[in-house]
Amino acid sequence: MDRGPAITGKSIPRIDGPLKVRGQAKYAAEYEVPDLLHAAIVSASIAKGRVISIDSADAKSFPGVVAVLTHQNRPWFWPFSFLYKDPAGPPGQPFRPLYNDRVHFSGQPVALVVGDTYEAARDAAALVRVSYHREQHSTDLAAEVSRAYKSPRRRLGLAPTPQPTGDADRAFSEAPVKVEATYTTAAENHHPMELFATTVEWGDKTVTVYDKTQSPKSVEIFLKVAFRLFRRKVRVVSSFVGGAFGLGLRPQQSVFLAVLAAKALKRSIRLVIPRDQMFALGYRANSIQTVSLGADKNGHLLAVRHRAIAATSRNEDAQDPMLNFSASLYRCHNVKLAYELAKLDTVSPCDMRAPGAATGMFALECAMDELAYATNVDPLVLRLANYTERDQSENRPFSSKALRECYAQGAERFGWAKRSHAPRSMRKGKELVGWGMATGVWEAAMSPVPARAKVRLLADGRFEVTSSITDIGTGTYTILTQIAADALEASIERVVVKLGDSALPFNPIQGGSWTAATSGSAVQAACNKLKKKILSRAKQAGIVGNGQSTELLSPAALADLLRLSDHDNLSATATIINFPFGKKYTGATHSAVFAEVRIDEELAVVRVTRLVCAVAAGRILNPATARSQIIGASVMGIGKALYEDAATDHNLGRCMAHSFADYHIPSNADVYEIEVLFAEETDDKVSPIGVKGVGEIGSVAVAPAIANAIFHATGQRIRDLPITIDRLARSRD
Amino acid sequence: MEARSNTAVGVTLTINGVERNASIEPCVTLLDLLREEFHLTGTKKGCDHGQCGACTVLVNGTRINSCLVLAVSRNGSEITTIEGIGTPDELHPLQEAFVRHDALQCGYCTPGQICSAIGLISEGRAKTRDEIREAMSGNLCRCGAYIGIVDAIEEVMAAPKRKTVP
Repeated sequence: MDRGPAITGKSIPRIDGPLKVRGQAKYAAEYEVPDLLHAAIVSASIAKGRVISIDSADAKSFPGVVAVLTHQNRPWFWPFSFLYKDPAGPPGQPFRPLYNDRVHFSGQPVALVVGDTYEAARDAAALVRVSYHREQHSTDLAAEVSRAYKSPRRRLGLAPTPQPTGDADRAFSEAPVKVEATYTTAAENHHPMELFATTVEWGDKTVTVYDKTQSPKSVEIFLKVAFRLFRRKVRVVSSFVGGAFGLGLRPQQSVFLAVLAAKALKRSIRLVIPRDQMFALGYRANSIQTVSLGADKNGHLLAVRHRAIAATSRNEDAQDPMLNFSASLYRCHNVKLAYELAKLDTVSPCDMRAPGAATGMFALECAMDELAYATNVDPLVLRLANYTERDQSENRPFSSKALRECYAQGAERFGWAKRSHAPRSMRKGKELVGWGMATGVWEAAMSPVPARAKVRLLADGRFEVTSSITDIGTGTYTILTQIAADALEASIERVVVKLGDSALPFNPIQGGSWTAATSGSAVQAACNKLKKKILSRAKQAGIVGNGQSTELLSPAALADLLRLSDHDNLSATATIINFPFGKKYTGATHSAVFAEVRIDEELAVVRVTRLVCAVAAGRILNPATARSQIIGASVMGIGKALYEDAATDHNLGRCMAHSFADYHIPSNADVYEIEVLFAEETDDKVSPIGVKGVGEIGSVAVAPAIANAIFHATGQRIRDLPITIDRLARSRD
Repeated sequence: MEARSNTAVGVTLTINGVERNASIEPCVTLLDLLREEFHLTGTKKGCDHGQCGACTVLVNGTRINSCLVLAVSRNGSEITTIEGIGTPDELHPLQEAFVRHDALQCGYCTPGQICSAIGLISEGRAKTRDEIREAMSGNLCRCGAYIGIVDAIEEVMAAPKRKTVP
């Protein structure tokens, strides 16, 4: 049977698309469970202090209310915070809802109302009266700069901020051209469209937890340990996840509270966290950064200094690779980096798409644009002048690096050559036009935690692939289907992929852009193993055909094999342990983003009318879903550049945004043209399947490219994100 | 469904061509009635404030945010949800176009986008790409699939009318 050329590398339509467009994909809050109770959170209105009393009398007497749980009447749970650790958690003590009377942040759950309808729980929650003893809080990062510190403990799996090289201070002071500026980025919230939700089906022997998470396995382990559910089978199901962007990397408040209540009441429970309370689940850390670049008159870098102070909570040292790329993106021998944290009375920051890099690279890439104007060198030429083929921070080569091709192809498609360098020199009608660009980088790594996959031959001749990994909209179902189809020489119709279930073979969290490389390699290995098994069984059974594996894997040959062999054994499981990358190479994805903005000069309204994103990310398994990842990340980048600001009222220590009216994410009308190009990049070192991952890279360079385009359009250098109308208008006036 | 208290009232709706009755509290929104009582979970809850459009359904052919409507206020109405659009064997042209243009990622906003697009096409006001973008801006997509969404709608609008549109 001729199945034609490879299926990987083709834009086959999303496998789960037909289910999703018919509304048949089931998310965490949508499972029908008998005798279900509904829960609603009462959240703290102060940022720091103690709960003195909780008056729940009115709530309890509200029709349909079953229970009101607080720190005073909750079931026992471990007092040791280390038992609540999860693989994505930073050093420190994980927050535990309803643990005691302490209030650590505004919006913290202080009570949970359980009722027999959603409406009863929701309405009764408004009747719970909580009185507090307030303590002095601090939520203002700028006010905490003097108390910034270098985290004494590094987050598990996070590469250290590169050590200094050369003498950056001296090189900077002696450099003929200097730019030095301070940049700030706002706190952002992830806000996937699906509300965080958990449905717990409580049984005597089994607890099934339908949860919105990026890691069913770590939630399962967390629940077993935290709630001592060792005697029950715990199964966490997340077949479909309505977006997460990092907010589902750790076991969330929703699953903690829902399981706590289910255990207390021995009932099945659903908890859906409303949009306003989702602001208190986690945020991308806001930052204050200073970048100093020293260069010669042609723009060759002589010194790079980059200091970042990022927000964290009192209880944890949240960290991400904010400065990890500042030493390696450009060629420079004198580099000094400082990554510091400042404690605030907030919930812990949480990884958000391209964590760290999207923040740190905004400052570095804006500073590069400032250097381009200080030296009167075209911004693209400046970057090419400082191009490096080696990762100088680790003194080793890249496993592959097609950034030069990204620059060339992106510039060509964008028409960069037609740009006039001077600010305010381009116009279209009543609008100022600005063209800006920036470089993006993200690490290409496989998960440090092993991944497993199982594939078995079904009685009807199809292959079933199983893995606990989720698909958060990334296209995981689709690419794993493609990988399996190629490995087993089958059509995609003959591959069934089941994901998002902790009962399936172990996979690490879905994050860091490593899923395609890690879980994909496991699936490929399992399929290769099964193929070998089938071929040897066929030989034993005397099925020879024309001797070609394609024929022996065809439905007809497999039907013969199934008749002659015990098909239950026709399965294979494989484990992928981090590819032996060693210390010989640095793995990285790169991008070059070119942005056009048009700005109404009177109203200071910015429109991002065109983005060209050229990306080098190794082998692209599915150009259609990969393109969607880059477009989606770019849309989020537009939000970061222009709109998104989880602004806090520091008097109250409370996030001022409570809905999409206050926290603007890009809408359809905000998005014009976005073009995606993938530069060809072959890499046999980065992962067994040559894949680097595309989840984060699209988000890194968009905000700085837009900020640089705004400078080009207006001559105004806005160094604070988001670049809102008021900031632009104020800077002009 | 049983009346839970003496304040419950009866409501009759024709949902996807099937008449359905419920006895509900007056405070129950159309969205919660669809999801929690009728288990029609294709209609999504994304904000409960009429800001995200994930809950968009067609009421007597007009697109509305079902989270902003009390179910009892639409007594006697014809409701079309995503479950009533297309079949597994024959997707609605918009559903088919959404898949082909990869106009979705996580899929959570998708049913609302499609219901909204059906409403938009029958309104007949949006003619250009810019007008589609404007008129679809009540439906947020955090995965950022807007370009595919507009591509899909534009293509279906340009195609000769088919009779499958509900």
